[in-house]
Amino acid sequence: MNEINTTTKPSILSIEDLSIAYDIDKYAVRNVSAKIEKNAITAIMGPSGCGKTTLLRAINRMHELYPNISTKGQIKLYDENIYDMSTIKLRRKIGMVFQRPNPFPTLSIYENVIAGYKLNGIHMKRSERDEIVETSLRDVTLWDEVKNSLHKKGTFLSGGQQQRLCVARALAFKPDVILLDEPTSALDPVSTAKIEDLLVELKKQYTIVLVTHNMSQAARISDNSMFMYLGELIEYEDTKTIFTKPKDPRTEGYLTGKFG
Amino acid sequence: MDQTNILIEKKEKEVLVDHFTGRKYKDRLFLSAVIFFSLITISFVFLIIGAMVLKGYHQINWSFFTQVAPDTFTAMMAKSSGQLIPGGIVNGITGSLYLVGLASLIAIPFGVLIGIYLYENSKKRYAAVIRDITDVLQGVPSIVVGLIVYLWVVVHITHGYSVLAGSVALSIMMLPLIIRSTEESLKMIPDTLKEAAIALGTPYYKVILRVLIPTSFSGLVTGILLAVSRILGETAPLMLTTLGNPAINWNITKPVSAVPLLIWQFYNDPNMVDLIWSSTLFLMGFVLILNLLSKWIAAKRRF
Ligand SMILES: Nc1ncnc2c1ncn2[C@@H]1O[C@H](COP(=O)(O)OP(=O)(O)OP(=O)(O)O)[C@@H](O)[C@H]1O
Ligand SMILES: [Mg+2]
Repeated sequence: MNEINTTTKPSILSIEDLSIAYDIDKYAVRNVSAKIEKNAITAIMGPSGCGKTTLLRAINRMHELYPNISTKGQIKLYDENIYDMSTIKLRRKIGMVFQRPNPFPTLSIYENVIAGYKLNGIHMKRSERDEIVETSLRDVTLWDEVKNSLHKKGTFLSGGQQQRLCVARALAFKPDVILLDEPTSALDPVSTAKIEDLLVELKKQYTIVLVTHNMSQAARISDNSMFMYLGELIEYEDTKTIFTKPKDPRTEGYLTGKFG
Repeated sequence: MDQTNILIEKKEKEVLVDHFTGRKYKDRLFLSAVIFFSLITISFVFLIIGAMVLKGYHQINWSFFTQVAPDTFTAMMAKSSGQLIPGGIVNGITGSLYLVGLASLIAIPFGVLIGIYLYENSKKRYAAVIRDITDVLQGVPSIVVGLIVYLWVVVHITHGYSVLAGSVALSIMMLPLIIRSTEESLKMIPDTLKEAAIALGTPYYKVILRVLIPTSFSGLVTGILLAVSRILGETAPLMLTTLGNPAINWNITKPVSAVPLLIWQFYNDPNMVDLIWSSTLFLMGFVLILNLLSKWIAAKRRF
């Protein structure tokens, strides 16, 4: 049941027989294969500890920060195996947004948006920088709220605004893919709704992979959904199908709230 | 049935009230004890400062900061004619700044680097060993540090008492403080911040230089200032390494004076006792300013 892929639409990422273990023989992700549709939102669901975060972090190789991790299988971005790319190049093509908003506390809003360039010592003309900051902030609908306080510290913003700032920071490199790990779980309903609208808007330009605990969120905004259980990819369908006609009893059990 | 219930409730209330008054009483007792002891402590501090101000203020004038310490004969003449002791402690002030500056120049890079190393490799056994050594170093009496530096630097490198030897001794005393405060302030940075930088494709050394250090900057500076104010008054290791100098000296291989060394010298000379208080006042004031500065910087950190 692991070669599930119903999408016939163009895909951008192809996960091929991926297994990840934090310690020898303790697999957090088992033989997962899936193609991620381009310019769509793919949701990853499943009970706590099923390996969602691990799978997501494998897509831009952030999982390699753990010392004893081992990875089998491969992930292709277009036709290139990401494990053959430099992590630096890869992470500029595949951006990431975390569970809790984490703007750099020492940097202003403006500097936070171009933090990727700043930290890497990439120099640009003033006008180029201004341009990137403005488009990124407009893309996350934050521009009108912060355009008069661009040089204030990012940490003065509300939680929801901070999270949108973090999305803007990820967008500044114009990545191909944006990975989000439960980006709204620390936010109030209004901020959550804003982020959701934003993601739907962003998928026109980017491919989005979203880990979420919130089934209604997946149902509302995602195009395709994965259901994971104990490290395995149990079911992967377009979202409508998975929510209306789940094939696997475990998927059904999770979606009807029998466990989770 | 109702009656008994009410009775029971009443009983419970009384017990509760008793309980509360008992607790209140204990609270008050405790509070008065705390106030009593803190008053004692505070009054000691004020007594010390007051004594220094009263005995020392009249010696503090322009020449105090611009002239070198007088010799015992001049001091005696001034004293016998009932005048203020002429001269100042500028050789001590410049010497102290020189020593502390050079010591910081040695200790800060080493201390911060080792602190970063410990933070990055906190779980490795080698790091644990370094951490233990640091703790031991912190416990080594300053006179022992002075002796060791005497044997290394005074005897073998500068062939005599010198600024270099004094600075090395002071830097050894600063090291453990800086290492520890660096590690601790780095530990306070949430991991998510590091991950944010890494996820932007930042090479790790740039994460350290451009995220970790700036974010923990106030913590680093606070630790350094505290280390400086800790060594500013050190006397014993300086006696074994820089000895003292009646004149201002900028030669790194020659002896130099320092404020605490002058205080010790004034203490041993009955003609110059009056200068002790003004010098102590100066030293205390300096340390106090450093402490306030580090508190102010620490208060500005946000997490
Ligand atoms: N740093 C780690 N070291 C060792 N094991 C880990 C580590 N992180 C996660 N695991 C294990 O890997 C498995 C998958 O974890 P993961 O964080 O990917 O789950 P998740 O689906 O994201 O869970 P949650 O919904 O709670 O975030 C779990 O069994 C977890 O205990
Ligand atoms: Mg997770």
